Amino acid sequence: MPSINKPLIPLAAMPKNEIGLTIRDYEGSMSTLCAGCGHDSVTAAIVRALFELSVPPHKVVKMSGIGCSSKTTAYFDSAAHGFNSAHGRMAPIATGANAANRDALYVGISGDGDSLSIGAGHMVHAIRRNVHMIYVIENNGVYGLTKGQFSASADIGSAAKRGEANTVAPVDPVMLALSLGASFVARSFSGDKEQLVPILKAAAQHRGLALIDVISPCVQFNNHYGSTKSYRYVREHELREIDPDFIDTAREIVADLPRDGALMVAMHDGGLVRFRTLPADYDPTDREAAMRYVNQANARGEIPTGLLFVDESIPDVHELNHTSETPLVELPFEELCPGSAELEEFQQSFV
Amino acid sequence: MQATDIGDPNYFHRVVECQWACPAHTNVPEYIRLIAQGRYSDAYMVNRESNVFPGILGRTCDRPCEPACRRERVDGSPVAICRLKRVASDLRDDITGLLPVAPEGKNGKRVACIGAGPASLTVANDLMPLGYAVTIFEAASQPGGLMRTSIPSFRLPAQVLEEEIGYIVNMGVEVRYDSPVTSLGSLLGDGYDAVFIGSGAPRGKDLEIEGRHDDPAHVHIGLDWLKSVAFGHISSIGDRVLVIGVGNTAMDCCRTARRLGGGDVKIMARRPRQYFKASPWELEDAEEEQVEIVVNHAPRRFVTENGRLVGMEFDVLEWDEHARQSRKLDTVFLPCDDVILAIGQENAFPWVERGLGFEFTSDGLPVVDAVTMQTTLAGVFAGGDAAFGPKNIIWAVAHGHEAAISIDNHCRGIPVGERPPAQMALTSQKMGLTEWSYNNDYNPSPRQQMGHVDLTKRFQELHLEVELGFSAEQTMREVQRCLNCDVQPVFRAPLCIECDACIDICPVACLTITRDTESESELRSMLTVAAENLEEPLYISEPLAQTGRIMVKDEDLCVHCGLCAERCPTAAWNMEKFDLRLGRAGIGALL
Repeated sequence: MPSINKPLIPLAAMPKNEIGLTIRDYEGSMSTLCAGCGHDSVTAAIVRALFELSVPPHKVVKMSGIGCSSKTTAYFDSAAHGFNSAHGRMAPIATGANAANRDALYVGISGDGDSLSIGAGHMVHAIRRNVHMIYVIENNGVYGLTKGQFSASADIGSAAKRGEANTVAPVDPVMLALSLGASFVARSFSGDKEQLVPILKAAAQHRGLALIDVISPCVQFNNHYGSTKSYRYVREHELREIDPDFIDTAREIVADLPRDGALMVAMHDGGLVRFRTLPADYDPTDREAAMRYVNQANARGEIPTGLLFVDESIPDVHELNHTSETPLVELPFEELCPGSAELEEFQQSFV
Repeated sequence: MQATDIGDPNYFHRVVECQWACPAHTNVPEYIRLIAQGRYSDAYMVNRESNVFPGILGRTCDRPCEPACRRERVDGSPVAICRLKRVASDLRDDITGLLPVAPEGKNGKRVACIGAGPASLTVANDLMPLGYAVTIFEAASQPGGLMRTSIPSFRLPAQVLEEEIGYIVNMGVEVRYDSPVTSLGSLLGDGYDAVFIGSGAPRGKDLEIEGRHDDPAHVHIGLDWLKSVAFGHISSIGDRVLVIGVGNTAMDCCRTARRLGGGDVKIMARRPRQYFKASPWELEDAEEEQVEIVVNHAPRRFVTENGRLVGMEFDVLEWDEHARQSRKLDTVFLPCDDVILAIGQENAFPWVERGLGFEFTSDGLPVVDAVTMQTTLAGVFAGGDAAFGPKNIIWAVAHGHEAAISIDNHCRGIPVGERPPAQMALTSQKMGLTEWSYNNDYNPSPRQQMGHVDLTKRFQELHLEVELGFSAEQTMREVQRCLNCDVQPVFRAPLCIECDACIDICPVACLTITRDTESESELRSMLTVAAENLEEPLYISEPLAQTGRIMVKDEDLCVHCGLCAERCPTAAWNMEKFDLRLGRAGIGALL
């Protein structure tokens, strides 16, 4: 880790957002990850997205499990709430927290080990329930924290640092999520904040679970020739066609509105996503088309990135469960727990 | 865009703002680090190499380095560079063993210098170790020139002056005191191989208005008056003193007057305060000594009664916005016992005969080449105030170094225009994965304030130095304010994997990876933070390996904290110390 903390240097007035904060107010403690780790770039993208959206820092809840990826919640938004859970358990803990307080912005950070191996079952059910959260998978294809064994997302033929190739088929979180009926599916690259930041901003405005698979190279164990998750490989194979711009409707957007018929998708909270470039026949609201597109690209050895699929009409966990409009944490105790007499009466209704 | 050529010594030199701004290009960050390590003698010697008089300049320099200091842009006040220079001088051990020595065998060349001020002394300092026989002709009975006569001893103690002049003279310089040069022609006839004119601008300007000569005993020319005080010829002044002028000499005059009995001392200025020539800190020091500053008063006439000066009349003025046009509002009389005129100084060359081929400009200054210091007479050089009018000690030193190169060339038959080139070295400061041989942490300490001797005490003793110097604690805090601008983040494009780690960690957002463009102004607008300070260069890399984009660093914002290099997985960024080796007399001969 760096020898010093990132100093707060009072250079000429830093830009402030709508609630009067600078980008430095969304930072966390110093990263202890390896120098050059993709995860640190994802952290920086999250910091920028939260700053640009003017999210009150204390309204964020950071959820994570175990792994290099799961350490990163410490590196942004020090003023947020957070829970660092057991390995693979980020999703159920986030589901519970979400049930208790629906008003916060849930940022779940997980990795390919945490979500595609030990926590795969939990992730699957969080997607099914459409838990209202951002679900970031920092995907590097190896177990970095235990010195670089292949993870469940390693591609067939991808070489480990010592040369042996992986022979087991990978779990593709994008295809998995699409097939599970996910309402927001994106893939991006830690080395491309121009794309990642707008995706994160759109995800924050999405009602339901926004899954973002971020290829985030492990500089220590998976950044060599022969790896399919190195900076160089991703740059050479990235298919960057489905590029979103997020437009916050709180700002003046008249000038931004397209006159060229570019595709616009309205988010639940009023924001707009404008798709700058798309293949001519691509419709990001058509699940089958998205699956076909990703499948074909995968078959060609390409890595399709961008906001691949979005559907704002799918009910989220609260709508599905008819939960109270008022977050449970804000209900007075008497309402939340009406007492033994009420319970007795309720139980009698089944007799 | 063309990638930056970091092999050009001027590129990184410009980034080390203090060194770039210093006329003698003193390696400021290096000596500040040496002070931080307690290596005061080494810090002194680093100073001496370029500015020759660290003890003197540590008290009197006009500090062009400080307004340039990067720290000024960061928290509004520059590192107290000048004060730290004095610390190195105050706390040094005996350094005589580290000084250059003149060889026993001379090279047979004789050089005459006119005036024993900083310019001539620098010439002697550079030429003596090369085997030249240097003779200095000095009109006064002691060396130092205006450093001795116009800077009061309560700012620059005589002992400091003598010690540093001694380091040069003791190399065997022949100084002829009480020997004003009365004829350049006859000096040239004495067979010197080269002549250097460093005679300063010794004549204070007079103010020819009504009544000026009615009581000459009580109207003084500032420079002459200070000189008389310095040599002990004057030891008192009247109670009410008017000082006409707003430069540093005026400040020295009024502060000296306060010590010689002046109780009510006023600085009389024609224009508003922001147009004063004096350095802000010299103004503050004068005000601390209860000198009143009166603005918008233009001298009209001296008033005498029965042959005794009783006061002066002034026009009270009102100025327009930029103090270009004035309007007279009133005329006032201010009573006084003495008047000191400190309205500027001039060069005087009554000893230069016409017809020698030694030409003057229309301002009465000799025609001198700004690079070689040569006059229109081959073999005759000039520097300091004598050459370019009143400037500062540090300029005289810079001129002296250049003149010494020219004299050396001239005596060896090399064209004076052939200057020894500047050289540079970049040395990695990496000691471990995230460990550097310099302290890279940003220290938010404010600039340390200089302590002063108590007011009553300083008026009792004319020679008592007012500034106390920094304490050990102040020194330790102040050295940590330096941003080490000479330790450069150096970028090697082929190593970069474009992971963005440096950009993410940079505390001042000075880094950008972007597509290349043809126009610098477009590039400046494309950066993470638009680079609006056009005075500061952009450090532009070769195209990067993976995407062909370029890495750009805005030198305006970078604080040299080294975090980019600490977070770089491939050491594409590395912190390397830039060491500038300027050409000096004799160095060219070794190449």
